[in-house]
Amino acid sequence: MGYQTTAEKINAIFSDLSKDYLIYAPKRFVGDGTFTYIDTIRYGEITDLAEIEFAEKSNYSFKEVLLPISETLFYFTENEMKEADAPKKGAIVFLRSCDLHGLKRMDTIYLENGGVDTYYKRLRDHTKFILMGCENSFENCFCVSMGTQTSEDYDAYLKVDGDNVLVDSRWDYLDAALAGATQAPVIADSVTANDTVVTIPETVPQTLFDDPFWEEYGNRCIACGRCNFVCPTCTCFTMQDIFYTDNGKAGERRRVWASCHVDGYTDMAGGHAFRNDKGQRMRFKVLHKVNDYKRRFGTHMCIGCGRCDDVCPEYISFANCINRLNTLVNDTVKEEN
Amino acid sequence: MLDLNTKKIKKNAYRVTKVRGETASRVRVPGGLLTAELLPLIQNIAETFGNGRIHLTTRQGFEIPGIKYTDMDAVNALLQPIIDKLEINQEIPGKGYTSAGTRNISACIGSNTCPFATYNTTNFAQKMEKEIFPNDLHFKVAFTGCANDCIKTRMHDFGIIGMTEPQYEKERCMGCQACVKACKKKSVDALSVENYRIVRNTEKCVGCGECVINCPTRAWTRSPVTYYRLVIMGRTGKRNPRLAEDFLVWATEDAIIKIIKNTYGFVNNYIDREAPGGKEHIGYIIDRTGFEEYKKWAMEGVELDPRTIVKGPVYWSGIHYDGK
Repeated sequence: MGYQTTAEKINAIFSDLSKDYLIYAPKRFVGDGTFTYIDTIRYGEITDLAEIEFAEKSNYSFKEVLLPISETLFYFTENEMKEADAPKKGAIVFLRSCDLHGLKRMDTIYLENGGVDTYYKRLRDHTKFILMGCENSFENCFCVSMGTQTSEDYDAYLKVDGDNVLVDSRWDYLDAALAGATQAPVIADSVTANDTVVTIPETVPQTLFDDPFWEEYGNRCIACGRCNFVCPTCTCFTMQDIFYTDNGKAGERRRVWASCHVDGYTDMAGGHAFRNDKGQRMRFKVLHKVNDYKRRFGTHMCIGCGRCDDVCPEYISFANCINRLNTLVNDTVKEEN
Repeated sequence: MLDLNTKKIKKNAYRVTKVRGETASRVRVPGGLLTAELLPLIQNIAETFGNGRIHLTTRQGFEIPGIKYTDMDAVNALLQPIIDKLEINQEIPGKGYTSAGTRNISACIGSNTCPFATYNTTNFAQKMEKEIFPNDLHFKVAFTGCANDCIKTRMHDFGIIGMTEPQYEKERCMGCQACVKACKKKSVDALSVENYRIVRNTEKCVGCGECVINCPTRAWTRSPVTYYRLVIMGRTGKRNPRLAEDFLVWATEDAIIKIIKNTYGFVNNYIDREAPGGKEHIGYIIDRTGFEEYKKWAMEGVELDPRTIVKGPVYWSGIHYDGK
């Protein structure tokens, strides 16, 4: 149901919701960036609509709400262990259409890829998603190429339009809270084209895995992992077992984000690492995003948010890599024919 | 018949050159940043009254050689729009640069452009210009954005080196150790790992911000307040060239401004009135009075941030060519 209401009303609803939910949205962290006097837009708790950064793309995705950067799974001591408590409150997350598609990729990995991840599920089951529209495409976005420019899988859509707030609700609670508001049809803003257009090769022959094509990336990539950490569909983690320094008989197990670009990702017992070359790390990531994942789950993993291109300190463009790869694949297929 | 008061000429930022009858005009650019529109004005002076050439000075100014002493008034008139635009503190409008003892305040390119800089060096340099100019005492002040010290503040009477106090949010850290590697390879190896989390050695940390620059998740961020390392009494010269030594570490902007202004009082009191040209480097005055006497003058009324470390007694090394 669509409504036209006011920021005041929405903030009152937020206040009411805050008894049961933490509200997360992209917000501006002043001076928080890599360089001096540079802000970042990333997820944080909000209590007021005015705190939400609608005008810019967030540098980091919403994924840290459902998959914290560092999450204690359980505590242990001698013969006993205790699972870490789940947050007492649920979560409400403001995010854009592409990120809602990213949520599907996270669900696939954590809920439908064999066993169910209980730590993910217990957060996911108590999270509501509010769509933020896109009036214009941002730099490096290629959602249209990935088919993620619109999404219906939201609990509500919300747009601040001057003094008015437009809401499309699919959530009983909101419908009840907005019962007195003016009803009006509300359609989510979405883009129909991006400056960046990506063409994905249908299949990538395995012969290209060792192609010199990847060597250039090996020379350019510095293995910082930023592309992974900002990506809403990178879901890898690793484990850290901690023994408390004051008492080595007690400790905790944490899981933390991991990155296929960062050293250590392929380390095995005995010290062997099987993907030391950074070009091969690039190949692994790129083909996971637009080749392997699709073969297994039917959709591309990449959702075209372009954050990897926004953040790379070495100006490596993932989007351009795919387009170059497409040309390479076409040329290779022609040669073989 | 040329009848000149060379002392006045020098204070007006003109050089008494080796070429009889010719001077050179020194155009100061505080903080080393100017808008491109000023370049044609400098070009015009060089082509109209100079010999068509311009020397880029080490202190971020322009020196225009080949000017006839008789043209100084005309050159001053052409300098006026440059002086206005650069917001130079000028005692008498139309009279050019009306003091020359305190040298142009230099600055590295700073946070306008450089990824390493911890603050806007140009802004602080321009603020300092307002505080200490015009002044005829021989002071050299320079600002640099980080401990790389590209402007060579350690060869100045006062060097201001930017510092950020890294803030660590451990819940945003997954232990990739990009910060540890950067600190070890590019800075002072102040970071170590304990239980997969980072421990910063606050004694070693120089506040360069490499951890912040290299952190991929914003676990490391900058402190809202910018701090500075104030290094003092570096110098070049014939007798005892030496690098500046730390005086204050983790100091604030206000403290630095106050200390430099206080130093003018110290120099006025203790300068050797018989010194050639009435000019004596501050460092040599401090060598004579002793550091503690200088510190007494310098710290008068200075309010320090609780983080600030005051060094003392300060000793300088360098090369002694004077046999002392």
